[in-house]
Amino acid sequence: MPRQEAAARAKNFKEVALGYTPAMAAEEAGRCIQCPKRPCVAGCPVNIDIPEFIKAVRDGKMAEAVTVLKKTNALPGICGRVCPQESQCEAQCTLLKQKAPVAIGRLERYVADWERENKAAMPPGAPLPPPTGKKVAVIGSGPSGLTVAAELAKKGHGVSIFEALHVGGGVLMYGIPEFRLPKEIVQNEINFVKSLGAELVLDAVIGKCDTIDELLAGGYDAVFLGTGAGLPMFLNIPGENANGIYSANEWLTRTNLMKAYLFPNYDTPLKVGKKVAVIGGGNVAMDAARCALRLGAAEVYIVYRRSEAELPARKEEVENAMEEGIIFKFLTNPTKFLDDGKGWVTGMECIQMELGEPDASGRRRPIAKAGSEFVMNIDTAVVALGTTPNPLIAATTIGLKTTGHGTVVADETTGKTVKDKVWAGGDIVTGAATVISAMGAGKRAAADIDKYLMGKQ
Amino acid sequence: MTKDEKGERIPLTIADSDAQAGTVTIVFMEVGKTTRELGLLQTGDSIMSLTGPLGLPTHIENYGTVVCVAGGFAVAPVMPIARAMKQAGNKVISILGARNKELIFWEEELRSVSDKLIVTTDDGTYGRKGLVTEPLKEILESGEKIGLVVAIGPSIMMKFCAKTTQPFGVKTIVSLNPVMVDGTGMCGCCRVVVGGQTKFACVDGPDFDAHQVDWDLLATRQRTYLEEEKQAMENWQCQCGKHS
Repeated sequence: MPRQEAAARAKNFKEVALGYTPAMAAEEAGRCIQCPKRPCVAGCPVNIDIPEFIKAVRDGKMAEAVTVLKKTNALPGICGRVCPQESQCEAQCTLLKQKAPVAIGRLERYVADWERENKAAMPPGAPLPPPTGKKVAVIGSGPSGLTVAAELAKKGHGVSIFEALHVGGGVLMYGIPEFRLPKEIVQNEINFVKSLGAELVLDAVIGKCDTIDELLAGGYDAVFLGTGAGLPMFLNIPGENANGIYSANEWLTRTNLMKAYLFPNYDTPLKVGKKVAVIGGGNVAMDAARCALRLGAAEVYIVYRRSEAELPARKEEVENAMEEGIIFKFLTNPTKFLDDGKGWVTGMECIQMELGEPDASGRRRPIAKAGSEFVMNIDTAVVALGTTPNPLIAATTIGLKTTGHGTVVADETTGKTVKDKVWAGGDIVTGAATVISAMGAGKRAAADIDKYLMGKQ
Repeated sequence: MTKDEKGERIPLTIADSDAQAGTVTIVFMEVGKTTRELGLLQTGDSIMSLTGPLGLPTHIENYGTVVCVAGGFAVAPVMPIARAMKQAGNKVISILGARNKELIFWEEELRSVSDKLIVTTDDGTYGRKGLVTEPLKEILESGEKIGLVVAIGPSIMMKFCAKTTQPFGVKTIVSLNPVMVDGTGMCGCCRVVVGGQTKFACVDGPDFDAHQVDWDLLATRQRTYLEEEKQAMENWQCQCGKHS
């Protein structure tokens, strides 16, 4: 996949991946042997008809490729960019053992981009069924909510998506940076969902403006909770509230949602120092670090308490980060933040770690090495340890069952919660995970909601 | 609220509302670019985004006697609190203070929901000359039993009200105003320390026990973007100059 060259791209917010040319797409699509077993389909959390859309690309039938893709996946422009295909469809590819798996993700992206640029060439979509008269409230316009809305709208149900922020998309808008997922693409996908008949209500903080019970009493036949995991985790070490220390959520929200990289043309600022330390090793940490570079930091560090092998981030994003010049400090754990006496962070005391026996997550447990303390001089820190669900919904909804982590309890197959007429899916159930797994949960919940609404349960 | 696509999200307090008319009333001080831009809007204009009510509502109870202290424009958030306290059966003593006569407003509105109103100006151009903490101290020294003090205004004013009431052991509630972005608890920008614990002012507050607040931390965190605020203001004034 052609990419912007590392040194140049570390200074701009334009998309890193440049996309296939038609010739590259046809060639890659031609590699697929259309094997009868099709293990790739089962590897996809939303079970896209992968061999079918690839065949259409190979044969130059682009409109057909789009139709196949959109049959099962309402947000292909997003999946093609942020799915960890290497551990999903591509990991199952028959060609994996031979040469290399078919680049399914790249091809999906190619098809989605073609559709966006060739709208006039697309035949009109299948007509929507007559309205069922049923109304569903979807809480949250992130990947799971958008998927539920699209699936239910396609069945003729009335759908209202309630979004707390002033812009739709959830993590797709505020979390994932422009250079990985252009916001124009996100908006395009949202417009598609709206074109199916779903209504998007912005500035609607459910739990404050209305409660779930008020929505149900007000005429909604079912509710889907897709509010994600938006509560940031902090280290809870001394000095963590000094100026210049951000949660990754704040860092990314200012940058991506509020476009702080365009300050002062856009009003929301972000203070980026010269030496930025991002604490964490997941995709969010990579995103935060790569934003820091683009925002003008001279040195950017990823500080992670385990080793490279344990990094939870996508290998591709780690590679991109390393190429762009981000310095990885493994087996390092912060213990304290130091400030300049005027409230600004100037350093981070760290201790070196070594790996012991595996812990509950299956990864080797990091243990501090006594006497190995040292200080990193930094002027900005971003804490990217992970997120848990915002407690607002659980706190304002009677009868919902939650776990100690703040996640909502829901059936794995159907998304049904213990509360009557309420389903849930995505990060609010699983804790912070991926866009595609949220979409898969959305599809399963939508199918169950549809069965319930049509009296088929 | 956010004025337009390029604007910043800012938290403002709802001063009043009319469910029948479908309106909310918000009063704000023009301190920077965004608030000045809002100040230029005319009746019939619109803004891009408004959401609420966010945060936890002020706890209203019959405390006996409540002293409400409003610093400057904060008479706007104090007014509905004073009114609710009065409706709950409290005797309400209100203190309204501003730097000078020009900055005093809603005096009669506050008087109408209070049993007693004391007005102060720093420079003596109206009412009693002095800071709000002076009449506050006098009330506490008078021996009258005060159940609660509510103080809202600039951080420094709230801090000194807290210092004033602390020796008397009177419960004091303040409304903290750190920098905020989303206002729904997702970013932690509004972190304050109360009783040694980190809290998010946007979801755990904005009301907090004044005697437990780390005022110094609030002050330094509020200064995070002083440079950028100045730059934005200068750019904007320059732009306005070109267009006028």
